[in-house]
Amino acid sequence: MTDWMPWKIARKELKVISRKKSIMFYTIALPFLLAALFSLVIRNQVASGIPSTPQLQLGTESIVYFFVVLASVLPSTIAGYSIVGEKIEKTLEPLLATPTTDGEILLGKSLAAFLPPMLSMWAGASTFMAVADYILRNAGLSYYYFPNWNAGVMLLILAPLAAVFSIEAGVLASSRVTDVRGANQIAGLMFVPFMAVFVAGLEGIIALSVSNLLIFAGGVAIFDVALYFVSKGTFRREEILTKWK
Amino acid sequence: MEKGEVFGFLGPNGAGKTTTVRMLCCLISKTSGTAKIGDYEIGNPEDALKIRKIIGLVPDSVGLYESLTAYENLDYYGTLYRRTEAERKESNEYFLKLLGLWDKKDALAGTFSKGMKQKLAIARALIHDPEVLFMDEPTANLDPEAAKAVREFILQLKKEKKTIFLNTHNLDEAQRICDRIAILNTKLMAVGTPQELERSVHGRKTVIQLRQVDEAILESLKKLHLQNLAREGNKLTVDIVNPEDENPDIVSAIDAAGGRIETVTVIGSSLEEAYLKLVKENKQ
Repeated sequence: MTDWMPWKIARKELKVISRKKSIMFYTIALPFLLAALFSLVIRNQVASGIPSTPQLQLGTESIVYFFVVLASVLPSTIAGYSIVGEKIEKTLEPLLATPTTDGEILLGKSLAAFLPPMLSMWAGASTFMAVADYILRNAGLSYYYFPNWNAGVMLLILAPLAAVFSIEAGVLASSRVTDVRGANQIAGLMFVPFMAVFVAGLEGIIALSVSNLLIFAGGVAIFDVALYFVSKGTFRREEILTKWK
Repeated sequence: MEKGEVFGFLGPNGAGKTTTVRMLCCLISKTSGTAKIGDYEIGNPEDALKIRKIIGLVPDSVGLYESLTAYENLDYYGTLYRRTEAERKESNEYFLKLLGLWDKKDALAGTFSKGMKQKLAIARALIHDPEVLFMDEPTANLDPEAAKAVREFILQLKKEKKTIFLNTHNLDEAQRICDRIAILNTKLMAVGTPQELERSVHGRKTVIQLRQVDEAILESLKKLHLQNLAREGNKLTVDIVNPEDENPDIVSAIDAAGGRIETVTVIGSSLEEAYLKLVKENKQ
């Protein structure tokens, strides 16, 4: 792993990102803030007793699904910064003059955009699930609600795919705009389909069942592959310095 | 360019100097023509990676990671050139010490002065011991002291027989550092040693101050078939192309005719004049 060039690039990216306080604060704080907020929601819901199973499922699973939405939002900040940031700070020219391949650069930057948000999101979601279990048990639920298959599919399959979707969109956007904010705004839009499913789940239009989640994950995976080819195709090394306006 | 040569690229803003360097470093595509670095051809996708392995680039803006330390900046580029940890450690220390930055190795590059940043950018370009070093305006925007330090380092690299392609606006710098110079103004105007370029404008004169000018001296000089021999009191002026070759003959002829020379001065075109003339010709 340590000799793998994308990992070397990612390690440097992580070092740079870790020293950007605003990015780190946003990436680390948001999942924990949401975990705290949703824990309060659960506590209020059970104040008058344990809700019925369908109600409990709808509430808790929508909340866990919200962490999937978060996974589609968080990486866009780092991904948007990845290439436009290098261009703004004028570090792209010496980087492109090195014998690294386009694939190594893209993969390294994608890894760096993937790891911190995912780790932070998993930590936030785990915190929420632990607190929710504690609240529900204290309120009289006879079993531990979390972990369950739904949460597992959401957090371990759908959320990483959503993060990859967001990263690829971020890299693609950062190759088309001049400022980090613009890249973030475009990449940030990638949360819309995930938010739509969240709202549909909350409204009872779609059941966030394991099978439905797996179907949705399959669809996202197809988009991930398609976006990978599009972003790789648009990353034309010998045009970046002249055509990226 | 020859191996071990310092080749200067002179030209006004917009002449295409940076574009040429970027093209030679495989950073942008060429539109036409051919160029080779070593045995590899510019524009051939299979050769691009091989070219990048054997070149080093100091771009016009230093492009350092300001939130990384000086050591981390060098170390990262060492890894990109696939140097082992031991090799990186050795070369990082060597270059940081050589450039007087060892004491600042753990300081963030963002806290460095412009001169220090430029030195670090040069070290970064040399970290893999490239066969050809491209430098794009390495002393531009530096204060005189920092520019001098960078120039001295380039001269040191020249002594070590590094092959250097130097883009510069600075005529004095080009004259002092470069073995050969090309003058570019969207197209190549001239290539030659600084002396050859100076001669190319045909504007040099030798002025000889004598104690006394007489007919014997003038007759003796006429035999040399000199161009535009003119007399003004005891001062003789003659057009010359190559002072190193022609002046000894002139001095010998005067001496043989019994003349007493007080001073011999070469005046006329400098590299600056040659440059301005060529650029002006191109505009017309």
